[in-house]
Amino acid sequence: MKFLVAIILTALLAFISGLFLPWWGVAITSLLVAVIIHQKAGKAFLSGLLGVLLLWAGLAWWIDIKNNSVLSTKIASVLPLGGSAIMLILVTGLIGGLVAGFAAMSGSFLRASNKS
Amino acid sequence: MRTVPFLISAAVTAGLVFALNKQWGPIPPMGKFLSPQHGVWQNAEPAGQSFDADLSFADLKGKATVYFDERLVPHVFAENDEDLYFIQGYLHAKFRLFQMDLQTKAAAGQASEIAGKKAINFDKEQRRLGMVFAAENAMKEVEKDPTTKAMFDAYTKGINAYISSLKEAELPLEYKLLNFKPEKWSNLRTALLLKMMAKMLSSGTESDLANTNAQAVFMPDELKLLYPQVHDSLLPIVPKGTSFDKPGIVPVQPLSADSLYFGKKEPVTAFENSKPDINNGSNNWVVAGSKTQSGAPILCNDPHLELSLPSIWYEIQLQTPTSNTYGVSLPGSPFIIIGFNDSIAWGVTNAQRDVKDYYEIKFKDKTRQEYWYNGQWQKTTLKEEIIKVKGGADVRDTVAYTVFGPVMFDESFQGTDSVGKGRNLAVRWVAHDPSNEGITFYKLNRAKNYDDYEAAIKTFECPGQNFVFASKAGDIAIWQQGKFPARWNRQGLYVMPGEDTSYQWQGFIPQAENPHSKNPTRGYLQSGNQRPVDSTYPYFIPGSYITPRGITIDNRLAAMKGITPTDMMALQNDYFNTLAEDARSIMLGYVKENELNSSEKKYLDIFRNWNLLATPDSKGQTVYQCWWDSLEVEVWKDELSKVKPEAPWPQRQTLLELLKKDTAATFIDNVNTPQRETLYDVVTAALKKASVSLAKHEADGKLEWTKFKNPTVYHLLKDALPAFARKGLNVGGNGDIVNAITHSHGPSWRMIVQLSAQTEAYGVYPGGQSGNPGSKFYDDYINNWVEGKYHKLWFMREGDRTDKNIKWTMKFKNEKM
Repeated sequence: MKFLVAIILTALLAFISGLFLPWWGVAITSLLVAVIIHQKAGKAFLSGLLGVLLLWAGLAWWIDIKNNSVLSTKIASVLPLGGSAIMLILVTGLIGGLVAGFAAMSGSFLRASNKS
Repeated sequence: MRTVPFLISAAVTAGLVFALNKQWGPIPPMGKFLSPQHGVWQNAEPAGQSFDADLSFADLKGKATVYFDERLVPHVFAENDEDLYFIQGYLHAKFRLFQMDLQTKAAAGQASEIAGKKAINFDKEQRRLGMVFAAENAMKEVEKDPTTKAMFDAYTKGINAYISSLKEAELPLEYKLLNFKPEKWSNLRTALLLKMMAKMLSSGTESDLANTNAQAVFMPDELKLLYPQVHDSLLPIVPKGTSFDKPGIVPVQPLSADSLYFGKKEPVTAFENSKPDINNGSNNWVVAGSKTQSGAPILCNDPHLELSLPSIWYEIQLQTPTSNTYGVSLPGSPFIIIGFNDSIAWGVTNAQRDVKDYYEIKFKDKTRQEYWYNGQWQKTTLKEEIIKVKGGADVRDTVAYTVFGPVMFDESFQGTDSVGKGRNLAVRWVAHDPSNEGITFYKLNRAKNYDDYEAAIKTFECPGQNFVFASKAGDIAIWQQGKFPARWNRQGLYVMPGEDTSYQWQGFIPQAENPHSKNPTRGYLQSGNQRPVDSTYPYFIPGSYITPRGITIDNRLAAMKGITPTDMMALQNDYFNTLAEDARSIMLGYVKENELNSSEKKYLDIFRNWNLLATPDSKGQTVYQCWWDSLEVEVWKDELSKVKPEAPWPQRQTLLELLKKDTAATFIDNVNTPQRETLYDVVTAALKKASVSLAKHEADGKLEWTKFKNPTVYHLLKDALPAFARKGLNVGGNGDIVNAITHSHGPSWRMIVQLSAQTEAYGVYPGGQSGNPGSKFYDDYINNWVEGKYHKLWFMREGDRTDKNIKWTMKFKNEKM
């Protein structure tokens, strides 16, 4: 339950940060979520990763549908992704997710150190 | 204690953020770039995107409305001229910002800021050619004219209003890919854009450096054979037989010319890095009511330029209570450049005249502070140039300015960096002279009749253009307009001595004597970049003329009557190869068929049975082109390779006319072999060599003309973004064919206007209104262009404000309203 809440909150705060902060705002919000909802490092990493991965991949996918993949196929040829829109969406999610995951893990360690 | 793990994972996070926020070589900052709320996903325009908006700006005087039709063409309705051009600037920026920014940066020699060190020589050359110097001089003229100044100001404000409103997420995607930001606009940048056009169209029309090298090897009569001034087959712009006035100025050859100029046999090492494409040309023509079905004149224009995405053109209608004009504009400049209004239509082709010469400068010493001129040491003006380089240190360069102009090549730069070698060459170019080209278009947009048209164009100086004209009153006309030096015979074909006034231009051809024609009895006028006049014109006018298209168009128009716009569409898309028609008798008449193997024989048969049309599926056109090009090599290469580093390659027309006149011309012989080759030998050898290459292409499935040349419209960043290009377009044509499509060059806009009571106009360009590769409007016209189809141009009127053609509405007003 805690895991699921952390994922949802990570995604939500990441979205809000995206409205006001540069892209790396997701690192701050993911860290914050991990401090508020304390989990072990591994779980925190995973919920951070999944939270932003789902958000970014989901947003990208939604944008891509509305755009009829006009742009994604081009960008996926500029980047070496063989022109695949799906690959670009996955890479997008993974990049955001990785940053968020490590940030969340830092948050988990931060909370733990404060306690001891 | 979890401090150590925290520090480690925090460091990893920070490291990731840093790495993903930074550009690594060509790889964009991936975090920023892929973030769906900031990066490139934001440029993925929804298919159902609305362009409705309510906008207010302090710089607007009143209210205005922009109506977009389904092709995203804006129809701007403003209350006054200032608001009109403010909005044109705003729209150019909204749809084409990257293009305008890149092109003016490149014009000013700042490409290295974007492209890195590979552009340094390009930037040095732009600066040494004096591109900024030229734009600054133009601005002096603009400042003197309150109307132009006001329109330039309003246009600049419109662009900057858009740039200021841009959020990071809204940046055009090229900025995200290359990780830089747009720079604010200025009137100078508009002037720079017009100078970019001047360079494109009037800097590559001379071959003085290569000519100088050729002169060092060949005798005068050989030079005249290789590079004739007037082709026998020329059908000039001004109809043959037109008589010309006595010249108002008769330039005199200096006494020392035989020894210091014609007799000088010293080559140059300097070369130009970015010489404009020789195919930069165009077609335009106009037919009078006497030749049309409707009885109204029809005007046609298709400018041939490097094709790009986004296109060089942006379609727009500009309306105020006192003017209403439709056509194409250049993002980066106000006004409509090619178009029509309620009373007239006009179009342009390039004049191809040589308006740029080189003078050899003698500096006192390496500091370049003084040069020898009229018997004494004169001071130069030294201009320090600092070239900023992306990912590298600034590069410094110093350019010396003389009475002639900037010293483009000197001991430190000969096209590439040089150490203490090479001649000092100053460049004298008409584009450097103060002039105001903008006002011509402001006036043309508002012209009501022939007199207005004549008054509008007569101050236009550079690049020289063939302004074709038609009016609802029934007049048709053409003027080759520009500021052209009056030269003594063969002046400026080669590098000239620059130690005194004697070799300078002695004046300019009086404007009224520029080649022109109005309402000729034959009922049509045409230009296709050929020499404007026959040899009876009383001035020496060198240039890079292209003869064949003018012949095809003239022949066609002469034979036509009862012309309709549909006929004109067919002519703009005509694939007939006039040159091949002429060349065929030589190629078929002199090939030694008994010496051919079966493969060569096959290609010969393809050529023999060819219908002379360069259609996309034509194999005959491919055979012809390879065979003829190979023949040129057989005839010219042995002699021309004596010239170092390079001689100009003679035109196709030149070889054709030489062989027709003299089948035993000395150039036919290969000077590197002991025997004497005949025309039979070289024509056969050429086919044999061409066949080797043709067989390779055939094996790759590329014998059909369109497969052979692979017509492509590249993104402006060309090879850096192949995914943004449209490749393998199914079109035929070639540079010397009316439908002048080469690999990546050709009709950048096709327009046909019938000046009937209700104007009937058609147009198409190979691109789309939006510069955003993430928009469906990025390249949506290309398929129509490929198929030779046109859009009917909607010339919207005051009463159409609620018309069903309107898809979106953008409202503009002053902030206080």
